[in-house]
Amino acid sequence: METVFTPFLSLGGGVLIGLSAILLMATAGRIMGATGILAGLLQPSNFSDWSWRATVLAGMVTGPVVVMFFTGEFPAVQVPISTTMLITGGFIVGLGVTFGAGCTSGHGVCGMARLSPRSIAATFTFMITTGITVYVVRHMLGA
Amino acid sequence: MRLISLYLIGLVFGVGISISGMANPAKLLNFFDIAGTWDPSLAFVMGGALIVTFIGYRFVLKRPAPMMSESFQLPTRRDLDLPLIAGSAVFGIGWGISGFCPGGALPALGTGRIEVVTFVIALLAGIFVAKVLQSMLAKRAPVQI
Repeated sequence: METVFTPFLSLGGGVLIGLSAILLMATAGRIMGATGILAGLLQPSNFSDWSWRATVLAGMVTGPVVVMFFTGEFPAVQVPISTTMLITGGFIVGLGVTFGAGCTSGHGVCGMARLSPRSIAATFTFMITTGITVYVVRHMLGA
Repeated sequence: MRLISLYLIGLVFGVGISISGMANPAKLLNFFDIAGTWDPSLAFVMGGALIVTFIGYRFVLKRPAPMMSESFQLPTRRDLDLPLIAGSAVFGIGWGISGFCPGGALPALGTGRIEVVTFVIALLAGIFVAKVLQSMLAKRAPVQI
């Protein structure tokens, strides 16, 4: 499935993601990592810990609704894979980000911005295995 | 006031993810499909987010403390270990299969699409199983290498 190259929208979106990461650090002193925020929601240490995570998550989920309000349509979510692959992939992502202690936002943006050796190693590792997986799935298995 | 600020910060992230294309698995998979229907957009997302955060963190982390909390909660470990590298490698496999990463999928829940809900439930199941495995491994004596 082909998608349109959107350099300006993607750069603008990236800038907003960066801005939110700076603001969360400046206010709550926390890393803007989807994995960390979600995992902490499952095992909160106290109510205050739970409430900041739930509130940030509520804001995230409202993002597409605000985009819908201004543009008249939800952001595109095109899923070119089967439900089985979606569930398998989701489960594997959950295992990986928990042991790896982060994902694209936590390691790839916030950790890399702090020049953390762990985040740099994690990001290079998952970018490589994602690329290999996409190649294998699309060009060797033909899914 | 604190919760309103946090909500708006989450919203900025959610809007950023929405317009960037990170919530769209087709676009994400195409970024990695250099040999096929390549779409380099996501390099601009990562690049933009990284440069802005890199500059912003310089200023923010110079301050003695965050505005609404007692201290900055930053990871302190710097060593590379097996769970970090193996976990990240496994995450990449799941990302390459599904096209969703957690940061893209959570805001995408707002579209109400069943595919996103399905992914997030599977994601939560994976996190839960990994947490159980982690606590089982933690109870055993550390492995000597």
